[in-house]
Amino acid sequence: MKKMQYERPVIQRLNTGIMNKFGTRTEYAPVTHIDGNSVKELIGKYGSPLFVISEKTIRNTYREANRAFNTRYPKVQFAWSYKTNYLSAVCNVFHQEGSWAEVVSGFEYEKAIRNGVPGNKIIFNGPDKTEAELRTAIENGSPIHIDHLDELYLIKELSGEMKKRPRVAIRVNMDTGIYPMWDRFGFNYENGQAWDAINKIMLSNTMDLIGLHCHIGTFMLAPSAYGVAAAKLCDLAMGIKKKYNKNIQYLDLGGGFASKNTLKGSYLQGADASPGFDQFAEAISTAVLNAGFTEDELPLLILETGRAMVDEAGYLLGTVVSNKRLSDGRRATIMDFGVNILFTSFWYDHKISPAQEFSQYTEDAVLYGPLCMNIDVVREHVTLPPMKRDDHVVVHTVGAYNMTQWMQFIALRPAIVMIDLDDKVHQIRKRETVDSIVNEELMPGYLKTFKL
Amino acid sequence: MKIKRNIALSDSGFVFNPSTGDSFSTNPIGIEIIKLLKEGKNEDEVKKHLIKTYMTDEVTLEKDYYDFVNMLLKLQLAEGDESEAKN
Ligand SMILES: Cc1ncc(COP(=O)(O)O)c(C=O)c1O
Repeated sequence: MKKMQYERPVIQRLNTGIMNKFGTRTEYAPVTHIDGNSVKELIGKYGSPLFVISEKTIRNTYREANRAFNTRYPKVQFAWSYKTNYLSAVCNVFHQEGSWAEVVSGFEYEKAIRNGVPGNKIIFNGPDKTEAELRTAIENGSPIHIDHLDELYLIKELSGEMKKRPRVAIRVNMDTGIYPMWDRFGFNYENGQAWDAINKIMLSNTMDLIGLHCHIGTFMLAPSAYGVAAAKLCDLAMGIKKKYNKNIQYLDLGGGFASKNTLKGSYLQGADASPGFDQFAEAISTAVLNAGFTEDELPLLILETGRAMVDEAGYLLGTVVSNKRLSDGRRATIMDFGVNILFTSFWYDHKISPAQEFSQYTEDAVLYGPLCMNIDVVREHVTLPPMKRDDHVVVHTVGAYNMTQWMQFIALRPAIVMIDLDDKVHQIRKRETVDSIVNEELMPGYLKTFKL
Repeated sequence: MKIKRNIALSDSGFVFNPSTGDSFSTNPIGIEIIKLLKEGKNEDEVKKHLIKTYMTDEVTLEKDYYDFVNMLLKLQLAEGDESEAKN
């Protein structure tokens, strides 16, 4: 007699009358391939865990965003937010699509230069720009977004010394009805700080005030907040025109659009809760078009969209290490990836799919990472088929922030591959080795030997 | 270990406990285990039968079987034998 396929026995209480918040059939439907490539083969070749980026999804998302804004407003420019994902291959896909670069540190600035972005298309944001970095940015004609008065005075000083007019904007923070209000960056609109900075720049007559910038928050679910922000920046621009007879060249609305992830504690799945690009574009362009600019005075609209642009293009493939039963009876599954490389599991209930076929039976489980740390929880509740050691999973929507905020903690960081438009796989970051870490260390001579 | 006498089991994997009103779902191998236990088979007999029927090894089965019957106890679908109950 031929033996039957084995599946671990499972039993689960049915909660009649209560909607199951934690699982929908689509969530645990198996995902065996990504852009035509088998998950099993990818792991076989590049190891587990493995980050996979879909170039197709990046380009499609970019084009969708671009269309949403360009069909509503005549002059739009995206600038790729490096911190969101600064793998050079990823940046260059955005640059090929026409994105400038938006950077917040000397490190990111240098990366953009090395990628070949012209200096005048690198927007330099952030509170900590060193004197040397500012000199380079001034030399290259990069738009410098001033964050505080100390920076303003330093730039003024450098402009005198370098005999060059820095191209600057100020970062403005404001009340858009959103809590918490991000007021630690830039100059406040409501209390007059923004006007004070504008006056200082205009009266110095050594810098060119070319733009106004804001970034009102991240994972924003309310398009109306962008309408408020755009209206406030327009109000400043109109005021500058009136007072100094100067046209502001661009308004930069920053980033912050929510991606299709599901925030922790949210009842709706992210795909249903997050507004689309069209809604953000509608709110912003309506506000700017109604602000009273003449047609040729209309400022360029810059967007630094990060997570909404790349989150969906990223996947993390992983493998089951073990199954356990917790003392309260819950199933616990230990994965070979944890918060070390999936930083965003602190914020999101990431969608996780098995990568092989199962029967339709499922279990509720807690998913843990492999770190010896209590905080290493990937999902507090997830509904998955009964998986066993060495089975694979696909974590969805991980393209934003994970590959920049990941930690080299306890384990080495995994390889990253990109699947191109013809479904061909390219490795874009090597798996770390012990050498990658140890080579950076130095050992004082007297500590080189010991006896045990 | 015994399955409680009044527990109802359907072929589709629906398990009902009339004394508490709780219902559960289980997979085909789960149905099989509960059925065999209800018929009064002991642990060894059940495991022998499963090894004969399914593509698995003893270590895996031992681990999964132990986990499953513990869940049956926890969900109050089964009770320990007299001797076990006394501890
Ligand atoms: C100045 C600035 N621009 C753009 C972004 C990108 O934001 P998001 O990924 O939310 O779109 C950030 C993120 O913090 C930022 O600080």
